[in-house]
Amino acid sequence: MNEFDPNTALSSIGGFFRRLRERWQRFPEQVKRLTVLLAVVVFALVTARTMLVPADFGKYGHYRASAVDEIVAQPIQYAGHEICTECHDDVAETKAAGFHKNVGCEVCHGPAAAHTEDVEAVQLLAPRGREGCPLCHEYLPSRPTGFPQIVSASHNPVKPCIGCHEAHDPKPPETPKECSACHATIARSKAISHHAYVACTRCHEAPDQHKLDPRSFRPSKPDGREFCAGCHDDGASGKEGIPQIDQASHEERYVCWQCHYPHLPEAQ
Amino acid sequence: MEELIQHLAPLVKEVVGYIYPNEIELHWGLLVVVYPYVTGLVAGAFILASLVKIFNVTELQPTYRMSLLTALAFLLVAPLPLLAHLGHPEKSFAIFFTPNTRSAMAMFGFVYAWYLMAVLLLEIWFCYRKDLILWAKQERGLRKLLHRIMSLFSSDVSERALRFDQKAVKAVTLIGIPSAFLLHGYVGFIFGSIKANPWWSSVLMPIVFLFSAIVSGIALVLLIYMIATPLRGKEMDMACLNKLASYLFYAMIIDFSLEILDFIHRVYESEESIEILAALVTGKLFISLIVVQLLLGMLLPLGAIAMAKMLQMPSDLKKMIYFVAALLVQVGIFSTRWNVVVGGQLFSKSFSGLTVYKTTFLGLEGLLVSMGLLLLPFLILYVLFALLPPWEESKVSLEGS
Amino acid sequence: MMNKTAPSVTGTSPQRRSFLKTLALSFAALIIPGIVVARDKLDKVKDWVIGDGYRPADHRWGMGLDISKCIGCGRCVDACKKENNVPLEPFFFRTWVERYRILSNGETLIDSPGGAINSFRADAPEETVLRSFFVPKLCNQCEHAPCVQVCPVGATFSTPDGVVLVDAEHCVGCRYCIQACPYGARFLHPETRTAEKCTFCYHRIVKGLAPACVEACPTQARVFGEVEKKASPLVRFLRMNKIAVLKPFLNTKPQVYYTGFDMEVR
Repeated sequence: MNEFDPNTALSSIGGFFRRLRERWQRFPEQVKRLTVLLAVVVFALVTARTMLVPADFGKYGHYRASAVDEIVAQPIQYAGHEICTECHDDVAETKAAGFHKNVGCEVCHGPAAAHTEDVEAVQLLAPRGREGCPLCHEYLPSRPTGFPQIVSASHNPVKPCIGCHEAHDPKPPETPKECSACHATIARSKAISHHAYVACTRCHEAPDQHKLDPRSFRPSKPDGREFCAGCHDDGASGKEGIPQIDQASHEERYVCWQCHYPHLPEAQ
Repeated sequence: MEELIQHLAPLVKEVVGYIYPNEIELHWGLLVVVYPYVTGLVAGAFILASLVKIFNVTELQPTYRMSLLTALAFLLVAPLPLLAHLGHPEKSFAIFFTPNTRSAMAMFGFVYAWYLMAVLLLEIWFCYRKDLILWAKQERGLRKLLHRIMSLFSSDVSERALRFDQKAVKAVTLIGIPSAFLLHGYVGFIFGSIKANPWWSSVLMPIVFLFSAIVSGIALVLLIYMIATPLRGKEMDMACLNKLASYLFYAMIIDFSLEILDFIHRVYESEESIEILAALVTGKLFISLIVVQLLLGMLLPLGAIAMAKMLQMPSDLKKMIYFVAALLVQVGIFSTRWNVVVGGQLFSKSFSGLTVYKTTFLGLEGLLVSMGLLLLPFLILYVLFALLPPWEESKVSLEGS
Repeated sequence: MMNKTAPSVTGTSPQRRSFLKTLALSFAALIIPGIVVARDKLDKVKDWVIGDGYRPADHRWGMGLDISKCIGCGRCVDACKKENNVPLEPFFFRTWVERYRILSNGETLIDSPGGAINSFRADAPEETVLRSFFVPKLCNQCEHAPCVQVCPVGATFSTPDGVVLVDAEHCVGCRYCIQACPYGARFLHPETRTAEKCTFCYHRIVKGLAPACVEACPTQARVFGEVEKKASPLVRFLRMNKIAVLKPFLNTKPQVYYTGFDMEVR
């Protein structure tokens, strides 16, 4: 019984189809017609799908694999700062030591890929007037403190920036603009406050290196209540007209600048 | 491109607060408002027909075939606004052939095809098969040919075949009700599943869509019945009208409760987005949401139908009230769709500002095309009524042939 | 007929056992091809080489943004438009910079005129500004990208190296992805009428270059690199700073990380 007999197998397959045909004939007429229609529709759809779906769709995931090749084929405009050094090593050297060491060449000179392809045909220029530098260096109160800023309308309005500043090696500011050049927002707050005539150096001592490497060499800050009390304690002499408190009893658990903002004390 | 830029440039000045720069172009405009409105009418009309069949509501018998044809006419138009709004309609087949199974929208093709082929056309075919055969026997020329083709050249009018037809209609209706729920619930899900948009993202969205669909579908069948019957020189069946109005009333009560629930839930939870949504509802959407959708489209017709039901009044006045109420409901549901689709894009996803939407008159996304798309189903319906008259007197009996 | 095949004794008859075996085999036959295909696809992805020997499966890209370093100069916006041929009109952006000004009355002013392509103007609000800063924005290249989820045709997809790309050839322009993006990072290209967004300059990174915005940032507020490899500027960024992502509650798992974040940033 368990032996495989091809004849029985064939006849049982034949029997299966015969029964299927009998079944089909017993179907209501409506169902037959609808089945034929359905078969036609399904066949048409499957054919259309085979023809219309891109061959490499779904190769790596539910997308067209060659789409990635098309995206990667997009031409490059910005060549990247490394390639500039190959020819302009002198400029690169100057720049490497200065404040602009992390500013890519193409930030000012624009996309350079075409120039690297054909040095003669495509020449790059940097802005020679006053349109370029203020994009970064115009005074905006929202800019982080410590970033060098000017008000271009009043900062030598008719001179081009490169007349005074070498863009590849800009110099730290000279007096009288020492602190306010970079700490513009603080300077402006202080200017309208009662501390307007208190010099920055009265409270902060800045090491010389601060100008060259501002984040590594920080200016000092007062270290205790006694510093402010020098003027604001009611025992302080020769300071008439200044708001004064009793240093010993006035909120003794805090240092002054935990509540008062020294650059813009609340009594404006 | 130039045209688009010229359209967008003046809008910048009308932005209130901050929107992400890319948000100035509102992407789903009038056409996408028309789409859920039309599918809603389909689902509503079909569910009405199904109620008649399943619960054997004798009063509504005159509207059964009419509802089916109405659903078909609107279903044929439903994908058109979507097609017209695509950036590349010529590639639309991709939605069938490379569907992303994780995408709610990819299922559109399948839900639509299922509903059109497996439900609506089947039900209509089984329902009309006998009549098609008998009509064809009495006719000649083009009409005969058309009816023969529509019956798929079927000819069996034996007792057994007719019994099978009836059973099939029942079976298809049984599958049809969840399918209709699926069709419109799914449209709601397209919006309800967008977690980036707090105005849309709501688990109630599919069910609110569904009940507003039922409301609009019943109101539409009521309108068509009230217009078609006098046009054919027949008397309106007051029992049928009263029953339709009752169903409309019940559906509206559910719809209204759901919308109010959604509203209360939002206000009570008061999430991050509540401020910008409050600004939206009391500002840019005040007319279309509070006045048109809520007062004119919901409360007024609800009150009117309730009055007509409770008070003794001449049937002509009742008819008038039903008609006006059904019309108002249509306007109300259309502005419901508007408030969902356009309203959901009037605020920035930064929750910090409101933008503007201006419809153009001409152009694919314009007013003219949308109006055309809203009229087209009625044209199709006219042809369907002519080819497949749904009226009682058009049915031919076996003995007569 | 029933009687002939029905088992005469209780328990598993040989017929039933063979039936169960066949059943199990046919189920296996249904499932195994699926597993084989999936495994095969996984192997294929591992071996996928793009261009000159770039293997996406070996990388995982991300970007870090240091808000306290951003000066709002808009050089990134400018570079992005030039690199990627983004229409210059002020309505289409793959990246843009926002300015936040939190006033002393609690109000927050946010703006990004022209995406900040020409930086900002120093117009002073009437109230005093309590704090203020710039926030660069771009596609977050989400690990669970809602745009990939909703794209009906598979025109938006995540590559094995974690970048979300758009196949312009296949995109039908339905704009569902634009609706689904919580960050407003997508737009419809006015000429191609297909969806567009930041690709992390995919054509550059496969060649070892940094994205154009990173190349153009003068203050290194943008840090680009591998998320997982040890010697990567991004890994250092993630180690040294407190990190936040945009809208974390949406569980999109952005691969664009911020430090110096503020609660007003959306």
